[in-house]
Amino acid sequence: MLVTSDLPLRTRFAIAAARTAAAVSRRTGRGSGGMIGGRIALKLDPHALQRLARGRIVLLVTGTNGKTTTTLMLRRAVEALAPVTSNSDGANMPDGVLAALAANPDAPFAVLEVDETYLPWVAERVDPAAIVLLNLSRDQLDRVGEVRKTERELRAAIARLADTVVVANCDDVLVASAAGAGNHPLWVSTGQTWRDDSIACPRCGRAVRHHPQDKMEWDCVCGLVRPRPEWVLDEDDLIGPDNPPERLELNLPGRVNAANAALALAAATCVGVPLSVAVQRVRSITAVAGRYQRVPYAGHAVRVLLAKNPAGWCETLPLLEPDQPVVIAVNAREADGRDLSWLWDVPFERLRGRRVIATGERAADLAVRLRYAEVDASAQPDPLRAVASLGSGPVELIANYTAFREVNTRLADVG
Amino acid sequence: MSAESSVRIGLILPDVLGTYGDSGNATVLRKRLEWRGIEAEVLPVRLGDVTPSSLDLYVLGGGEDDAQALAADHLSKDPGMQRGVERGAVVFGVCAGLQVLGRAFTTSDGVTHPGLGLLDVSTSPGERRSVGEVVVQPDPRFGTEPLTGFENHLGITTVGPDSLPLGQVVRGTGNGEGTEGAVSGRVLATYLHGPALARNPELADLVLGWVVGLPLPPLDIPEVEQLRQERLARRRAR
Repeated sequence: MLVTSDLPLRTRFAIAAARTAAAVSRRTGRGSGGMIGGRIALKLDPHALQRLARGRIVLLVTGTNGKTTTTLMLRRAVEALAPVTSNSDGANMPDGVLAALAANPDAPFAVLEVDETYLPWVAERVDPAAIVLLNLSRDQLDRVGEVRKTERELRAAIARLADTVVVANCDDVLVASAAGAGNHPLWVSTGQTWRDDSIACPRCGRAVRHHPQDKMEWDCVCGLVRPRPEWVLDEDDLIGPDNPPERLELNLPGRVNAANAALALAAATCVGVPLSVAVQRVRSITAVAGRYQRVPYAGHAVRVLLAKNPAGWCETLPLLEPDQPVVIAVNAREADGRDLSWLWDVPFERLRGRRVIATGERAADLAVRLRYAEVDASAQPDPLRAVASLGSGPVELIANYTAFREVNTRLADVG
Repeated sequence: MSAESSVRIGLILPDVLGTYGDSGNATVLRKRLEWRGIEAEVLPVRLGDVTPSSLDLYVLGGGEDDAQALAADHLSKDPGMQRGVERGAVVFGVCAGLQVLGRAFTTSDGVTHPGLGLLDVSTSPGERRSVGEVVVQPDPRFGTEPLTGFENHLGITTVGPDSLPLGQVVRGTGNGEGTEGAVSGRVLATYLHGPALARNPELADLVLGWVVGLPLPPLDIPEVEQLRQERLARRRAR
């Protein structure tokens, strides 16, 4: 096991400086401390990540949607074995990852959420025992660039990791292409049906064929074919290679969270957590970083949900309680993506007949989208003012990344 | 407009050229007709479907390199849209759609693909990706109000003598030589996402005017005016 005193002086100094900066950042309210702390440590000791990961079992979680939730699930499951360090604040860039490793240098396990574009860089340094690869879809097109480029980079990175198990969603064509490059893929069928980003084969550019009878099966003339899954999520039952079906019965809503759990549970069994123990621990999760739970605000029980791209919205719309008013908050900062065209790929038409308020820094863009969807909506930049303006009763508040963060901070301050 | 009572809008390859939210253009066109009492329908024409030559309007969106090459190859073998254009149908294309409608485009891997030749433009990769808000002053033949949109492309597009640029760039890159977009007859294309027709109702109505054969009365949509004010004010602020 690694203890802090085993580290070179330079790394110990870097960690101490990082902790000081993180504490200052938290005290001054500028952030949770993870990012700034990590950035300083990497400056002071460029090899800090390697040193902090050495001798530990590192599990990485990446993909477009569900990283934070799946990271929490995997962390909870692995904690059945030993202490785990994790970036549960969602700080998933290299500095956030480093901050998480430095926060508990004695924990034998690290479960780390990593931004998909930084995964190659991080994986090369921490030599992960396993990577969980959730899904790949269009997200922040202006910043990340094309999702297919991300897939190619992940594929190249995974090909270089000789001993890493890649726990991957075989129903996502891009994921299957990337994870298939590794020596040890572990395929999980999550029942995902978002296909809009994988019409052209990621390997050869020709059209991916979907089986006319079995809608989960797909292949391409170039030879890329849906891998046979070892784990299958069938409705709420998870069927593993060695176990009887395990009913999930999660406290988190939606098909999407069952899919996240299937991948987290398959990964947890890889490091030796018995499936039934892992399921029980995952089941105990009722909220993820401010999501899903109802928070009181101005006489309303507000449920805050994160949806930051079309695939995420497709999973979120079915979760909404019927008849409850919906407040939607949309920003277009750097971390959100500056281009809001994706709002037109979300079937907002399904909100017709509801009370909807368009909010956020880009409420005007959303209001136009809702107008063309013939949803009767008003606009108000401030999401919490919008909540307060509604008649009493529960409210669904759906926000994209930076809007979500802001709302959560403000709700926590009130509470 | 065809003999049928409803305006038929073909959304061409939304599964391939649908990456950047441009399918919204078809939604905007349909609603702007319906709100004026003209029936309209959107027909998605996916990979594997045959493109009908009988549609009134064809809409193409943006896509990634591989997908764009696939689309160009597919549409050249399935020339329903090109036959429609010969009959006088209208085409509105965005980004990859603009490049595919041109004579040829070179993808970032250096391979040159033939386009459909409906616009006299050709595209090659630039040095860096142009990403950000764009403001364009349209050619007076195509509008008076400034156009606002979001661009995200590597391609630099040259407009030949058989097409006209849609307008002159006020802010952003556009085609890369000071102009933006291209028009030949009733085929019009632009680099602007947003989607372009949601942000620019005058452009939407220009295209619809070509389809129905007469200029359309303006629609008063306060949400759109508010959005235009915000987007165009940023130009002065910077």
